Amino acid sequence: MSDTILVVVEQREGKLNRVSWETLTAGQALAAETGWALEAAVIGSGVGNFASEVAAKKISKVYAVESPKLEPYTPDAFSAALKQFIETKQPKLVLMPHTYQVRDFVPKLATAMGRTAISDCIGYKKEGGKLLFTRQMFQGKLAADVSFACDAPWFVTFQNGAFRGDKAEAGASAAPVETFNVQIADGVIRNKPQEVFKEAKQAVDLTQAEIIVSVGRGIKEQKNIELAKQLAEALGGELAASRPICDSGWLPMDRQIGSSGQTVAPKLYLALGISGAIQHIVGMKGSRTIIAINKDSEAPIFEIADFAVVGNLFDIVPPLIEEVKKAKTSG
Amino acid sequence: MKILVCMKQVPQKDAPLKLNESAAWIREEVSYEVNEPDAYALEEALRQKEKHGGEVVVITSGPPRAQQVLREALAKGADRAIHLEDNGFVGLDAFNTARAFAAAIKDETFDLIFTGLQSDDYGYAQTGVVLAELLGWPHATIIMQIEKNDSGIRVKRELEAGYFQFVDMPLPAILTIQSGINKLRYATLIGIKQAKNKPLRKVAMAEVQHAVGGNLQKIERLYVPQKTKNTEFLEGSAGEVAKKLVDKLRNEVRVL
Repeated sequence: MSDTILVVVEQREGKLNRVSWETLTAGQALAAETGWALEAAVIGSGVGNFASEVAAKKISKVYAVESPKLEPYTPDAFSAALKQFIETKQPKLVLMPHTYQVRDFVPKLATAMGRTAISDCIGYKKEGGKLLFTRQMFQGKLAADVSFACDAPWFVTFQNGAFRGDKAEAGASAAPVETFNVQIADGVIRNKPQEVFKEAKQAVDLTQAEIIVSVGRGIKEQKNIELAKQLAEALGGELAASRPICDSGWLPMDRQIGSSGQTVAPKLYLALGISGAIQHIVGMKGSRTIIAINKDSEAPIFEIADFAVVGNLFDIVPPLIEEVKKAKTSG
Repeated sequence: MKILVCMKQVPQKDAPLKLNESAAWIREEVSYEVNEPDAYALEEALRQKEKHGGEVVVITSGPPRAQQVLREALAKGADRAIHLEDNGFVGLDAFNTARAFAAAIKDETFDLIFTGLQSDDYGYAQTGVVLAELLGWPHATIIMQIEKNDSGIRVKRELEAGYFQFVDMPLPAILTIQSGINKLRYATLIGIKQAKNKPLRKVAMAEVQHAVGGNLQKIERLYVPQKTKNTEFLEGSAGEVAKKLVDKLRNEVRVL
């Protein structure tokens, strides 16, 4: 076993998934903390270019883990390939971003190796020589520090936005890139994936909106969305929603903010009746200013709000609309 | 189609949570409900049974109170239930929970096993995928649609940012189901009555002990998250709060 941290970088549809830079930042921080070496691996078919891109960062080595059977992505192929790689190179700690793709194969990979993954972590601590990984529980109401109770390799996935991708340090010179070819036997891959496609005709691009008024379950009924719409119009902003609102068909899917929908970082995000479940927060926590109105004082949304109102949105929003209109006309 | 649905009982969404004395878990005195994604998984299984015939079996592991989740599932139309009821099952990690389930169902022949995509308490999103590896079955996660075809099933996998992907898979297979795949039904009075007579098999730890081991990870401590943001709470009557908000919007956020 080598004292190495391995960051597994994600590529999809011919592009490096930007969230991988966040994992690299985490890897660099952990390497500095532990004194272990930092390496990265890109996995796919013909991924040499991505490996070179990663090699520009401050890192000891980058691997291109290659097989034609790694394109398109399947959990069977990715798990088999990484198992071979990890058994050979024996890193101690394997880091990945908590993307939908990683969620699809990491528990399988860890189990195949008789190990476990601590997933969706938001940070780490080093206490008495042991690494603890912090993750949110109960939809963000509580936090847990979790340790491994098994031997390495240890698998950790980090939540989107837990680290800053733009803080990934560049290397003084390009790190060496090595190709690692994996053999995937016939019959290993059982799924036949088809082309990836986008469903909603995206009528609105929420990532371009400066002001977003977003509704959650607290809006109670479809007809009440009209109130939020009026507020959005008064402010000159766009209407958005958490997943349950879109699942119910009260707003179209292209208005959804969260891990399955859009990720936004507007100047103002006004959350009405949104509790702040993790899957929603990851889509908007980068907003410059967050204002939350919710009648539950314990709602996790208040952890990240700049301005908070514990109250009934149906009492507050109507006078708010009036005051906004007044402010706009008075200039 | 013979379908197993793995279900979990979790604290209610808006239940106030308190840490226990050792701060290793929460206090029991809260209200519980079915893990929401699991309710969608059950609904999907019931719809598949309505379309193709077969049987829907539900399973959970947890203390006696968890039986409520199974009773509700039976009332909605599941055919039988399996309860791994033993305090030893509480606090098992995903790896061991999956091992316990695999042991409990070793004599069954399911075509499909569903889990919700993740639990609202731990939020790991792992048990279904771990179980697939243990059973040697193909799997797919975050599923929004399932259709039977000649070679098995075609599922619609949800990806980030509004993207989707169809995947063809052979059976048997494990799927983790996304919320919103369907609309949940209510149990009818007849259903509730019929549920009382449906088989509910209890499995003690002793039966599956051989399959279960020590947890591979440990929650060292649970705590109320430290606030990193300086949240300013605005108070007063609705009218006052509205004025204060506009004041902030104008002078601090600068959008007015």
